[in-house]
Amino acid sequence: MTPPLLEMAGVEKSYPGVHALRGVSLTLTGGEVLAVVGENGAGKSTLIKVLAGAVTPDAGRVTVAGLPVPSGVPARAKAAGVAVIYQEFSLVPALTAAENVYLGREPGRYGWLHRRAERTGAAEWFRTLGVPVDPGAPVRTLSTAQQQIVEIAKALAADARILVLDEPTAPLTPPEVDRLFVVIRGLTARGVGVIYISHRLDEVFRIADRVMVLRDGAHVSTSPVAGVTRAELIERMVGRTLDQEFPTRSPRIGEPGIVVTGLRRGDVVHDVSFHVRRGEILALTGLVGSGRTETARLLFGADRRDGGTIALDGKVLTISSPRDAVRAGIALLTEDRKNQGLILAHTVRENFALPNLSRWARFGLLDRGRERSAFAAAANRFRIKAADPRARAGTLSGGNQQKLVLAKWLERNCEVVVFDEPTRGIDVGAKYEIYQLMQELADRGKAVLMISSELPEVLGLADRVLVMHAGRITGEVTDVRQATQEQLLRLAMG
Amino acid sequence: MAGRFSRLPTETGIAGVLVLVCVAFSVATLSEERPEGAPAGEALAKQVVRDRPSEPVLIVAGTGRDDRIFAEVLEARLKAAGIHVGGAVVGTPADARDVFVKSGVSYVVASRTAARWMFWEKSKHGPPISPQSHVWPRFLTADNLLNVANQVAVIAILAAGMTLVLITGHVDLSVGSLIALSAVVGTLFVRRFAGAEGATTVGMIACCGAAVLVCGLIGTLSGLVVTRFAVPSFIITLGVMKMARGAAFRASAGESIYQLPDGFVWLGRGADLFGIPNAVVLMALIYVVIHVLLNRTTFGRYVYAVGGNVEAARLAGVRVSAVVVLVFAINGLCAGLGGVVLASQLKSGSPTFGVEYELYVIAAVVVGGTSLAGGQGNVVGTLIGAFLLAVIQNGMNLTGVGSYDQQIVLGAIIVAAVLLDRLKTRSR
Repeated sequence: MTPPLLEMAGVEKSYPGVHALRGVSLTLTGGEVLAVVGENGAGKSTLIKVLAGAVTPDAGRVTVAGLPVPSGVPARAKAAGVAVIYQEFSLVPALTAAENVYLGREPGRYGWLHRRAERTGAAEWFRTLGVPVDPGAPVRTLSTAQQQIVEIAKALAADARILVLDEPTAPLTPPEVDRLFVVIRGLTARGVGVIYISHRLDEVFRIADRVMVLRDGAHVSTSPVAGVTRAELIERMVGRTLDQEFPTRSPRIGEPGIVVTGLRRGDVVHDVSFHVRRGEILALTGLVGSGRTETARLLFGADRRDGGTIALDGKVLTISSPRDAVRAGIALLTEDRKNQGLILAHTVRENFALPNLSRWARFGLLDRGRERSAFAAAANRFRIKAADPRARAGTLSGGNQQKLVLAKWLERNCEVVVFDEPTRGIDVGAKYEIYQLMQELADRGKAVLMISSELPEVLGLADRVLVMHAGRITGEVTDVRQATQEQLLRLAMG
Repeated sequence: MAGRFSRLPTETGIAGVLVLVCVAFSVATLSEERPEGAPAGEALAKQVVRDRPSEPVLIVAGTGRDDRIFAEVLEARLKAAGIHVGGAVVGTPADARDVFVKSGVSYVVASRTAARWMFWEKSKHGPPISPQSHVWPRFLTADNLLNVANQVAVIAILAAGMTLVLITGHVDLSVGSLIALSAVVGTLFVRRFAGAEGATTVGMIACCGAAVLVCGLIGTLSGLVVTRFAVPSFIITLGVMKMARGAAFRASAGESIYQLPDGFVWLGRGADLFGIPNAVVLMALIYVVIHVLLNRTTFGRYVYAVGGNVEAARLAGVRVSAVVVLVFAINGLCAGLGGVVLASQLKSGSPTFGVEYELYVIAAVVVGGTSLAGGQGNVVGTLIGAFLLAVIQNGMNLTGVGSYDQQIVLGAIIVAAVLLDRLKTRSR
């Protein structure tokens, strides 16, 4: 019996505070398409990275056609025939399509390029794939769909036998998706095994032979697509049990605090209108890339908006920069704490002080005593566990970093607090504390907007839920207690 | 208190290196000092004043120029101190013996030449008091150290501004050219508007102030272009460097400007505060101001924040562009001041001033521990870095290292400093 094309067995991976993969196994035979589905954070991307050699697993093994592939070495995975096409393409924009196809394996001898062979070779691959691409055109002049074909050709030119496509259809138009599926069928006919990762379940049913469901890093099921319904898949993705506890409270919801009307920017946010009442926690959910974070950034003035008004307590605000938003009493706790929320190389206290400095200064001269005492009080109140106020922010755990960001904003008496993925990368204990702080804010009459992909968190914490899809608000759930994750996921998938 | 100590390590390393280098050069330049002339007279006068002899003092010296000066200085000092001078002989050994025998004075002070004359051995009083030779490092003399401080002043003034620029994560290559422009503009204004050699103090201050402001304005413009169009400061200031240099040549028609009053050198060569050169006093003032700015003001904190993480700073409500423009403006002002000091030291303004100074200045800042990546650094380190480079250069001059080798050594120091910085950040 010939061994399967690809076998992954018992793959384990933990990051500090997160158990990303819990003993996941899969097999892939040549000529089949295996779809991998799961919620955000279910472990799909970690699984791919292990396969591609980008991440070293804590346990488990990968074998290709019966031969073990050493883990954590991208070059060895590539040599074994594994190619991963990520959402962010790894092409050099200034080089031509042909040059990109052969990047790193240029035909020629003694360092002398054989440019004609390169061009005809690439043209041959594009013909095989059945998509017209000019081999001599610089990649930056190509459409996204054409760039994707260049990526696939590049993988094939490198003798890939296992092709991993990560959300390949996200940037494509429907006709382009159809053409991609023709390409994928052509590849499987040649004996290539395809791992297809997507949020779009209808596509999974169209292209995949089998579908594997991951949840919280664990393997839930693998079954032929013919033997499973869409509803069953969603149910498996979400899971029945809520393993998180949420603090309870009885909200006292008041007047509308922040009112956003007709917010738009390019093709990422289309005519978004909503309001958050004082004392209310409003959750904004949806898939990654649905425009939630972009909406929050527009609200905060971090990006320039093409249109729309923002009003606080009935007064229209002129917000054209984060500074305007901060002065108006809006705080944004970004999703990306490490790059946007904190200056990791600076001390905990300096980070805490940054948006508050002007209040502790007279004629620009800083009162460092007030800075110290304010920080001491805040560290105590928010239970920030830093050994020393002069420790670097980068040395704190995820939970303490988030509490630090929260403390720095709440020092300002903000009226509107926007949380973008407030508990990402935070361990369970610290999550509870963050939830408590969020509820405390709402109870003090603030308007709280929470962006989250974690549906249990959305259902457990929010007083009202808005769902976004493709830059628009596609649904509102006012009766959160009666809502289900399935309902939200259905809205989020458009 | 703990705060003070935990801050130590960042600058102690470089300060330690500076101390080590000073010790090394002191040892390497140990040599025997044989005082002659005026210094010998001064030194001996002090000794005699300490003795306070009850009898009159006889001064003896040979006919050489040094001896004559020695005798004059010594006599003047002793008289000023109220010591009774019984006589002074400047002449041949025979003259001296005649006076010595006739006067019967036993307290004799002689120059080094006169002290070697034979007839003292026959005298019952033994040899006279004379200047003693002693071993002392040439590096560690007050003159030499003041010389180093004077030389370092211009570089250090520029480096103070450059520290701010590098902390924000930018760089300004135009400072060397701004020195020339400032010196030319300042001296040109003195020649044209303030009456050249007849210029008054107020006129000179106004002209030099105008030159400094011109440089501040150019710095501001650089900052505006960099922030408004989000272009790398490296390339913008490279362009400004060429333009400012060209403008300096154009304004001066390519020649040095010498028509300056004697009072023009007050800033560069004067030393009005306990003998400390005025340029050094100005430098110290600038460092105090910038140190306070960086550590005690909101603006200073924003400078670090912008360099540490520009996006986080922006999202915290910091006016990033305003901070960067202000930093470039301050840097321009510092360069302008440096140019005025240099013009005053050399009593001229030339468009060739300050060539490659920008590299020297950046080197001083980086050696002082400021990261080119931004977000970290301070002016105390920069001052030590500037002194370290100057001391090494001075020491190499004293120990006779050739100018070619000096360049190699200075280059190696810069490379070593950056590698050290890299090791430090990696270990974090």
